[in-house]
Amino acid sequence: MRLYAVVAAGGFRRYATYRTATAAGVFTNTVFGFIMAYTYTALWDVRPQLGGYDTSQALTYVWLGQALLMTSALMGGGFESELVERIRTGDVAVDLYRPADLQLWWLAADLGRAAFHLLGRGVVPMFLGALAFDLAFPGSLWTWPAFLLSVFLGVVVSFAIRYLVAMSAFWLLDGAGAMQMAMLAGLFFSGMLLPLNLFPGLLGEVARALPWSSLLQVPADVFLGKHTGWGLARAYVFQAGWAVVLLGAGRLLQTAATRRVVVQGG
Amino acid sequence: MADTVAAPADAEDREREPAGFAFEDRPRPLEGIRAYGLIMAMWVRSTMAYRASFAMTLFGNLAVTAFDFVTILLMFTHVDALGGYSLPEIALLYGLSATAFGVCDLLLGSMDRVGSRVRDGTFDTLLVRPVPVLAQVAADRFALRRLGRITQGLLVLGYALVTLDIAWTPLKMLLLPMTVISGAAIFGAVFIAGAAFQFVAQDASEVQNSFTYGGTTLLQYPPTVFAKDLVRGVTFVVPLAFASWLPALYVLGRQYPVDLPQWVAFLPPLVAAGCCGLAGLAWRAGLRSYRSTGS
Repeated sequence: MRLYAVVAAGGFRRYATYRTATAAGVFTNTVFGFIMAYTYTALWDVRPQLGGYDTSQALTYVWLGQALLMTSALMGGGFESELVERIRTGDVAVDLYRPADLQLWWLAADLGRAAFHLLGRGVVPMFLGALAFDLAFPGSLWTWPAFLLSVFLGVVVSFAIRYLVAMSAFWLLDGAGAMQMAMLAGLFFSGMLLPLNLFPGLLGEVARALPWSSLLQVPADVFLGKHTGWGLARAYVFQAGWAVVLLGAGRLLQTAATRRVVVQGG
Repeated sequence: MADTVAAPADAEDREREPAGFAFEDRPRPLEGIRAYGLIMAMWVRSTMAYRASFAMTLFGNLAVTAFDFVTILLMFTHVDALGGYSLPEIALLYGLSATAFGVCDLLLGSMDRVGSRVRDGTFDTLLVRPVPVLAQVAADRFALRRLGRITQGLLVLGYALVTLDIAWTPLKMLLLPMTVISGAAIFGAVFIAGAAFQFVAQDASEVQNSFTYGGTTLLQYPPTVFAKDLVRGVTFVVPLAFASWLPALYVLGRQYPVDLPQWVAFLPPLVAAGCCGLAGLAWRAGLRSYRSTGS
């Protein structure tokens, strides 16, 4: 356990090193936040209460999206390209001999990365957004820890998806295609383009049931107070359920792949 | 991946080196264009070595940019007009901006790698070759998959032109290709200026992205959506408005939210030339300020 805490701290520090890059990223998140906020305003001007959000809730959704873009790695990024590279070159064989679990190791590192991005690239754009627009901050203090738990579960789901993508490299060797597909799915089904409540009919129902909705839509709804009481518990169960299923699938693939590596002699 | 691609690239350069000296009798711009063509052809050949991979990334490139328009389509499942503009009208703005940006992205899309090249010291290699540095940086990792973005922009533009009810005059017809070409040049100037900025702030390539990708996203929506100050900013400070809004609104017969005479719709080529001139100066200044990391 202590080992993984150290790995997580390492993940945090690693991203904290790039200060100029973080500042540049904050700038980008803020610019995109402004552009999206104006388009959402135009949309909600015509249809107030669209998707069950009022205008300030819709604007809050925009800035939450910018805050979680890097945190929950909605478009991918973080560890998976590194792991794919280690699989391709065979370096992963060394990792497998280490007295640490491969999946937990990378999960810990990714949690550290997410924690840094939440602080480094989430808080400042949100603050700047709040200066320029009328945002809907939680009325109850309890909403904040509830939101953070939901973000945490979202990051774990995001990790589990990206771990599966990386594992595919054992069979495909080149992970570029799988990573790109995962990026497209993440962008579309997380609710980054538009809240999933606004997706029409069956597409909306499917999108809300898929794991990617844990990454942005669910945490945003927790923040906006859409899930309370049993509804909040249901939201957590939804996120944790996907996390368990996907982590389990990742573990299965890892076991299968490890056997393959041994058969091939590394 | 990087290793396997870089190896033949280096071999290629060694082969071409003697030919490089022949460049010296040519005027520099021509020399640059010729070098750009050679490097581009090399990258295209290396891309085509993995055809399946190329097809997938081409599709991915098209799909990820198409999401911008899918978002607009999803919005229009709830409304009939956004900022007072109908879907075909927005499609015209979108198509012009996306196509212009796509052309520029294809030609100069790797310019944001200057920062990382300065950081890891490989920029020095570019300086010792007898080829203009800008041409080398621009053609570096030329990615044919970026045709996906142009295709997507042209499809939306086609949809707009088919569905819109416009009283076409020869002047209006001429305005569209002129806008795309000038728009690509304006975006190109932003790319080059951004790359020049990276000599100063080495790992700030995201700042460049917010002007390029952010700029094209902004232009995909009508100007009435945005605050007046923002519209003034992209008209007078970073003149992106000339890359789509101003000529497109003339074609649509619409009023620009900031008070400007009608004839500004015909200024894009001049604005583009001015921007490219300034970007060239910025690039030279950046290149002069370059200090190798020595690694």
